Amino acid sequence: MAATPIQLDEHGRLRHFLTIENLPRELLVEILDHAERFTVVGDRAVKKVPLLRGRTVVNLFFEPSTRTRTTFELAAKRLSADVMNLNIEASATRKGESLSDTLRTLEAMDTDMFVVRHQDSGAPEFIARQVAPGVSVINAGDGRHAHPTQAMLDVFTIRRHKPAFEDLRVAIVGDITHSRVARSEIHALKILGVPDIRVVGPKTLLPTAIESLGVGVFHDLDEGIAGVDVVIMLRLQQERMQSALLPSGHEYFHTYGLTPARLKRAARDAIVMHPGPINRGVEIDSAVADGHQSVILQQVTHGIAVRMAVMSMVLGSHAQAA
Amino acid sequence: MKIRIRGGRVIDPANGVDAETDVYIDGERIVALGRKPPRFTAARDIDAGGRIVCPGFVDLAAHLREPGYEHKATIASELGAAAAGGFTTVCCTPDTAPVVDTPAVVELIHQRARGVRGARVRCIGALTHGLGGEVLAEMQALKNIGCVAVSNVGRPIRDTNVLRNALAYASTLGLTVLLEAEDPWLGARGVMHEGATSTRIGLAGIPAAAETIGLARDLVLLGETGARAHFRTLSCAQAVSYLRDARKRGLHVSADVGIAHLHLVDEDIANHDAHYHVRPPLRSTRDRDALRRALARRQLDALTAHHQPHDADAKAGPFGASAPGISGFDTFLPLALELVEAGAIELAALVDACAVAPARILDLPAGTLGLGAVADVCVFDPAACWTASPATLLSQGHNTPFMGRELRGRVTHTIVGGRLVHALDD
Amino acid sequence: MPKTTDDLDVEALIATMAERLAQRIAARELADPALVGIRTGGVWIAERLRRLLDLDAPLGELDIAFYRDDFSRIGMHPTVAPSTLPFEVEDRNLVLVDDILYTGRTIRAAMNEIFDYGRPRTITLAVLIDRSGRELPIDANVYGTRLRLGADDHVKLLGPDPLRLEFCARRS
Repeated sequence: MAATPIQLDEHGRLRHFLTIENLPRELLVEILDHAERFTVVGDRAVKKVPLLRGRTVVNLFFEPSTRTRTTFELAAKRLSADVMNLNIEASATRKGESLSDTLRTLEAMDTDMFVVRHQDSGAPEFIARQVAPGVSVINAGDGRHAHPTQAMLDVFTIRRHKPAFEDLRVAIVGDITHSRVARSEIHALKILGVPDIRVVGPKTLLPTAIESLGVGVFHDLDEGIAGVDVVIMLRLQQERMQSALLPSGHEYFHTYGLTPARLKRAARDAIVMHPGPINRGVEIDSAVADGHQSVILQQVTHGIAVRMAVMSMVLGSHAQAA
Repeated sequence: MKIRIRGGRVIDPANGVDAETDVYIDGERIVALGRKPPRFTAARDIDAGGRIVCPGFVDLAAHLREPGYEHKATIASELGAAAAGGFTTVCCTPDTAPVVDTPAVVELIHQRARGVRGARVRCIGALTHGLGGEVLAEMQALKNIGCVAVSNVGRPIRDTNVLRNALAYASTLGLTVLLEAEDPWLGARGVMHEGATSTRIGLAGIPAAAETIGLARDLVLLGETGARAHFRTLSCAQAVSYLRDARKRGLHVSADVGIAHLHLVDEDIANHDAHYHVRPPLRSTRDRDALRRALARRQLDALTAHHQPHDADAKAGPFGASAPGISGFDTFLPLALELVEAGAIELAALVDACAVAPARILDLPAGTLGLGAVADVCVFDPAACWTASPATLLSQGHNTPFMGRELRGRVTHTIVGGRLVHALDD
Repeated sequence: MPKTTDDLDVEALIATMAERLAQRIAARELADPALVGIRTGGVWIAERLRRLLDLDAPLGELDIAFYRDDFSRIGMHPTVAPSTLPFEVEDRNLVLVDDILYTGRTIRAAMNEIFDYGRPRTITLAVLIDRSGRELPIDANVYGTRLRLGADDHVKLLGPDPLRLEFCARRS
């Protein structure tokens, strides 16, 4: 099934950014290259470029997330766009007012871009199909489906340390079932040509038929990260720590927590990543999170540049090509 | 009124008829097949040349939404759509507001249906009070007022003890129970079939095991209570094989399948399109093929429209937040004929599954063109092409993944109790 | 002014620029000037000027894509490389170098970008070719040559080795 042709326009330009699945490799590389240019902006006296001056970006968050919203807000502001934050209680749309009604209200405000986070998979695409032509939608995380900008900042960080994707071994460890980050990362790594992608976790946290996405499946952490160049640790949500999925955060740490000793199983120069926020002592030991192999803080910095790249590309796609 | 249906191919599986012949109706009954009765002068002469004449379809469980959800559909709108789809009898589900758990609501529905130019309605009563799954509904009263079955539709009973008692009580009264096989926990958070597609597009899955386990539990209780039951819309191969085994052991139980489940699979849920959201979910290609085979072999007794009309808002949102259900009456016949075209089922067997079997399951006086039978007749043109569009759909619910699709086969006339309620040519 | 464009020897023009720039730096007493080339042609010229003038300061390179005023018409420009100004801009004497000065819009964008790095003491504009067609009040302080060209005439610097000029007239 051809997924989401809606995000590309007839010239193959990125009009919306909803999922990484089925995007051409060149487009991902273009995002990374643009992001590379934007990282420089963050090092200057004035950390702003006038690219999106006069444009209005609405952060439409149906699910609370201060971190992600802040990086999108910062990215938009560094592009000189005007930013509005709207946090909509999930209950408001579930009862009575439909999502379409909410949108119609917002469209009246003359918005150029919606950055959407929603608890339901597919919501940003639904919105993208409703908005007027000339309005772009960026997915800031939907249900378990996708978190494409997070995945792009992850591969951006990987490329800075390990530019040869075709030689890489990457392990993604933790709760894959509920993770939109993992899904988008798998698509991005696959498209960029990473030959060895592994998912590691207990059977309760790996979704049915995950191998159909082209990944190796491991239930043992030591085996799963053996020799890998990149270890991506996923956040374990509080509500899953003591549930029918896992007995406790304590037991999880003992089986799947990344400690300095276990990290030795990975390649000597392996990097350790985490989309944040970190649960120290649950999925990762502080000594690893703060250690010299950790690139977790770089991920945060790169997140701004990557989002600036995506935002300027999608809004640039509406240019009437001369 | 005297009606003659002339020159059509008459398919009447209940009487082993498949021949080009004429049908004569007088009053509300069929009075002759083939040879014109003496002194018969047709007030209405229907030319059925090139068309199929068969007993009107019987839908075992349709959601008509009235009372309570008239913004989705009304009894009048849906009985009209049903007739245009070839249905002459529609059994309506009790999940209205108020729930069909008192004779008053049944009377209300009968009253609203009176005078509607469309299919005949029969009520399914609630199995438990308010469909709450705790207290038994007043089933005797519901039976007395005319309910043809009882069901906890849409809300399978979680408490096995309550279910056992409900089945035992219904059995005492000789009421057939309509069951939906679903384990209440395994499928609880899911919105689509659990498999590679749900993993890929990030929607919570309902494993096939949820249906099989639900079915297995119910089968054991049916064996114990001796209740007569019918399973609504089975969706997966494993459940079908469990059902087959139970029948081999001598259990008297029947089952149907929804038309959408014979056409669509989980992989079709592209772009999280809410119009594919249905419960039980669209399963794998392997499951769909098994359902088709089981219907052709008559291991699945009946084919239903699984009609669930919705207002636009119910589908205006992402998949998981949308209400499940497909509006099925309008596209039912062409989709069913596609199965014949694809060689999945013989036409006579299809008519059996749409009319004869459902009537038999609920002991309804329908599904036959035999002499003296109530004249519930469907005439359709198997070659007529049309496109599903908001303009062509008669159901108030336009929620169908088949919107925009080219369809082949259209009902031209529907006669309910000798009354012509739908005529395309007019 | 040369009669035909074939007469234009780029390296000779750069030598002329270097001479004029040196004079100006001396006359204005511009201490420790830093060259900033605009990608890509301006960078090629700035590299040569830096060698000819024997300047200490490292070369700055500007990619003005984020400052262009045609984003809403053209969208994102293809990626080359990010800007690098490997010195303190604040209170610095800068020499902005470009290949062709035409409408003046590129220079406007470049100056905007420079000010986001800091507030320079002075900016001197040095261009290889100062052609007609200005749309903004911007003038070169130093130029290799001046050309009077029609709106349909286009001139482009090709490089980096050797540097040569390509002319074309787009007339219907």
